[in-house]
Amino acid sequence: MPRLTVVAVRAALVHLAIGATFGALILWDKGMPLSPHLRGLLPTHRELLLVGWMIQLAMGVAYWILPRFSEGEPRGRPAIAWASVLALNFGLHLTAWHRFLGLPPESVAVGRLLELAAAVLFAAHAWPRVRAFGT
Amino acid sequence: MPTLTRWMIRSSFAWLAIGMVIQAASPFSSALPAPRLLAGLRAFELHALTVGWLTQLIFGVVFWMFPKASLEKPRGSEHLGWATYGCLNFGLVLRLVGEPLAAAGLTASAAWALPASAVLQWLAALAFVGNTWARVKER
Repeated sequence: MPRLTVVAVRAALVHLAIGATFGALILWDKGMPLSPHLRGLLPTHRELLLVGWMIQLAMGVAYWILPRFSEGEPRGRPAIAWASVLALNFGLHLTAWHRFLGLPPESVAVGRLLELAAAVLFAAHAWPRVRAFGT
Repeated sequence: MPTLTRWMIRSSFAWLAIGMVIQAASPFSSALPAPRLLAGLRAFELHALTVGWLTQLIFGVVFWMFPKASLEKPRGSEHLGWATYGCLNFGLVLRLVGEPLAAAGLTASAAWALPASAVLQWLAALAFVGNTWARVKER
């Protein structure tokens, strides 16, 4: 596995563990109420699992297994892929924790823009690697 | 393909079907004899698709395709893998039962089903992370 995949997949696993913990607290509270504040974890739970776990895992694995180039950098331009992973993680954490950090609501828009940038950067990196074998 | 992967992928198809059935029934909820039960199922629908289908499919494929943990135990702990499978699916079944009970106001029954489901799904996630961590490594 390349280093970027190791970093992205391990980050995805950490997000799965934290997101599932929040989900378990919310679901427990639905059956046996613990605290009215637990429902407030729902947007963070959603962000950690959809973006931090699923999207990040897909990006990490795609970087690893998409066809490689026979000349030059085998996986294209790694700097773009690294920028994508960094933007995704900054964006998702800004979006997930802004309320707990007392940040203004505009920080969600910044977080979402970073996530969008991550998606565009990743697509730009992966696009030339999506091709038939031997071409 | 290892046996555990086959069980996980086939079970994920079952949750996909269950999620789709709930989705298909939603427009007719007012005409059904127990609309509140269906409302409870709708709360579960998203998790049938994201946890039962997508996440379980990922778990199965990761168990199969990720680099070997070691020569002796190429896929990590088989027991932990099966524990992940059991906890995830039993947890989802409990939620499938518990959500309609909670929506129908049968809180005494839902009171144990939803927390039990929460704990089981949480354990499944932790078991998967624990078993997969050592297989995520540079070559």
